[in-house]
Amino acid sequence: MPDASVVSPSSPPTTLYDKVWRSHLVREATDATPAVLYIDLHLVHEVTSPQAFAELRARGIPVRRTERTVATMDHVTPTTPRDSAGHMPVLDTVAEAQLGQLSVNCAEFGVRLYDIDADQQGIVHVIGPELGLTQPGMTVVCGDSHTSTHGAFGALAFGIGTTEVGHVLATQCLLQQRARTMEIRVDGTLAPGVSAKDVILAVIAKLGVGGGTGYVFEYTGSAIRAMSMEQRMTVCNMSIEAGARAGMIAPDETTFEYLRGRQSAPKDAAWDAAVARWKTLRTDEGATYDASIQIDATSLRPMITYGTNPGMAMPIDGVVPAPADVTDAGERRTLSEALAYMGMTPNQPLAGTPVDVVFVGSCTNSRLSDLRDAASVVRGRRVAPGVRMLVVPGSRDVKRQAEAEGLDRVFRDAGAEWREAGCSMCIAMNGDALAPGQLAVSTSNRNFEGRQGAGGRTLLASPFTAAACAVTGVVTDVRHLIHS
Amino acid sequence: MASYPFTARYATLPIDNVDTDQIIPARFLKTTSRDGLGASAFYDWRYDAQGGPKRDFVFNRAEFRGVEVLVAGHNFGCGSSREHAPWALLGLGLRAVVSSTFADIFKNNALKNGLLPIQVDPQTLSELLWSPGYITVDLAEQQISTPSGITATFPIDSFAKHCLLHGVDQLGWLLSLDGDIAAFERTRMEEVTV
Repeated sequence: MPDASVVSPSSPPTTLYDKVWRSHLVREATDATPAVLYIDLHLVHEVTSPQAFAELRARGIPVRRTERTVATMDHVTPTTPRDSAGHMPVLDTVAEAQLGQLSVNCAEFGVRLYDIDADQQGIVHVIGPELGLTQPGMTVVCGDSHTSTHGAFGALAFGIGTTEVGHVLATQCLLQQRARTMEIRVDGTLAPGVSAKDVILAVIAKLGVGGGTGYVFEYTGSAIRAMSMEQRMTVCNMSIEAGARAGMIAPDETTFEYLRGRQSAPKDAAWDAAVARWKTLRTDEGATYDASIQIDATSLRPMITYGTNPGMAMPIDGVVPAPADVTDAGERRTLSEALAYMGMTPNQPLAGTPVDVVFVGSCTNSRLSDLRDAASVVRGRRVAPGVRMLVVPGSRDVKRQAEAEGLDRVFRDAGAEWREAGCSMCIAMNGDALAPGQLAVSTSNRNFEGRQGAGGRTLLASPFTAAACAVTGVVTDVRHLIHS
Repeated sequence: MASYPFTARYATLPIDNVDTDQIIPARFLKTTSRDGLGASAFYDWRYDAQGGPKRDFVFNRAEFRGVEVLVAGHNFGCGSSREHAPWALLGLGLRAVVSSTFADIFKNNALKNGLLPIQVDPQTLSELLWSPGYITVDLAEQQISTPSGITATFPIDSFAKHCLLHGVDQLGWLLSLDGDIAAFERTRMEEVTV
């Protein structure tokens, strides 16, 4: 069997991205037509798929590869308690209709669906890896920009719009242009209280929200190698927040150990063959990237955002920048408007700012290790009076595992809400939302105006930092709690 | 199919990084249709907490009623993959958006729906932002011009341009490649199982 990902000695050195790209080309690009890229895994959720299924229905065409298509419900699903039979009631009739449409579509087209009551239900970017669906060297798409998460496995994974969801359902292919590559090298050792979330917030702060446009990132360096798969997913998840199409990390023993034995991972001889193939998925010595940046992990401090996009981030012990210090007129205006929305004053420290809500969850930071990080700060403390803390596991499986080790008790005993799995307050489509004017510290990925509820204000941070803010009631440098 | 060239009035939104949550807030995505989203476009910038129009927002101002082009600050459309963003802008009556850069997924989604993303240099953008008026969009020549003498060319993927100009159905084109796809799958299926 030919395997395009294996590089013969005569091949020029190649990046990880190019290896995955080339091995999925059904047709090369020509002067007149873009490349046709084969998609190995298509993840589907309720919000961005109904119009795509309707298109197939209107044309009378089937889903081409039902075994490569997996759907779940996550965006509009409530995170309120289930009834005694384990059923989740949906009170929002509009959301209920959308969920019902996904059930109808999956039944009609023969697509596997983990619905709201399935044991495997959860955020699409949490369950894909959890079930072993996401594997090194794959192309993975979903009608969701945080599909970049799956790049942590050395997959080429990116978000697409609904028209393209229809293209993949119908043909298992996408029309694509080759991206440029950027190496993001992170060397050094993270200090206690500093995490993967702080790494990616520092990357976005350095590049800006548009700095990665047109690129696929590859994260390299000793700090990335030292990360667990869950931490790597946090990093890759927010690649899109710098504008990158995707973020990738070459697979290694950490990747293989994570995948071994998972439901959809290869077994027995197929496993050995897969690992041998996956080991070729790395950027060759001498291959070049179109751009490179470096981040020193050792000097990183916990990061937090102060503005209305994820690039407006700073070390938590810093001060909010002043528009007067910005030379570019457009950037100055953008910063002024962001500070006005956030109710921030130039040069003010963020530390000590009162917090209304703390949200631990989202496809960025809702996995078991994230919940453990938050619990390690909350344990033996109380959520501060007047603060609402929501802890929303990324999947029902994460929830079960967390409960098995007693993390739910830690949060509940502290006065936090322990909720059912879903996207929840990251996107505020399911009733979990900020009230106008409320200030949240959130482990999610976007601090856009109104993202967590109309008029709400968001500070993005790590699970460590979010938990520290919950127990003190103000923006707090978690290192003070660890050391005390 | 939209026809080009066309001349239309344009409105300006001199804000950088206009994100998809502003173009259409997530709470309006619970629909299963692509129609009727114009009413929700820029909702939180257009309306106050009581649902009353904010008089100074560009799409509430009488002089910009019926505009067909929006000129906005750089990195327009950053954020989510929601195709509801171009659907909402089309619902507002827009046919093109001009900026100095566009977020990748937004640009892709816009092109798939006949909303033309026109990328111009920062200097041209700045001139357009501060002088709303009429603009002529010529897709065949990949050029914009204004009566005040601003002219600029813009890049566009040649296949996307061809599709827009000739009404090519991209899904139909992909479906016509069935033989190529099937041949690829025969080599691929053994390798990757899901």
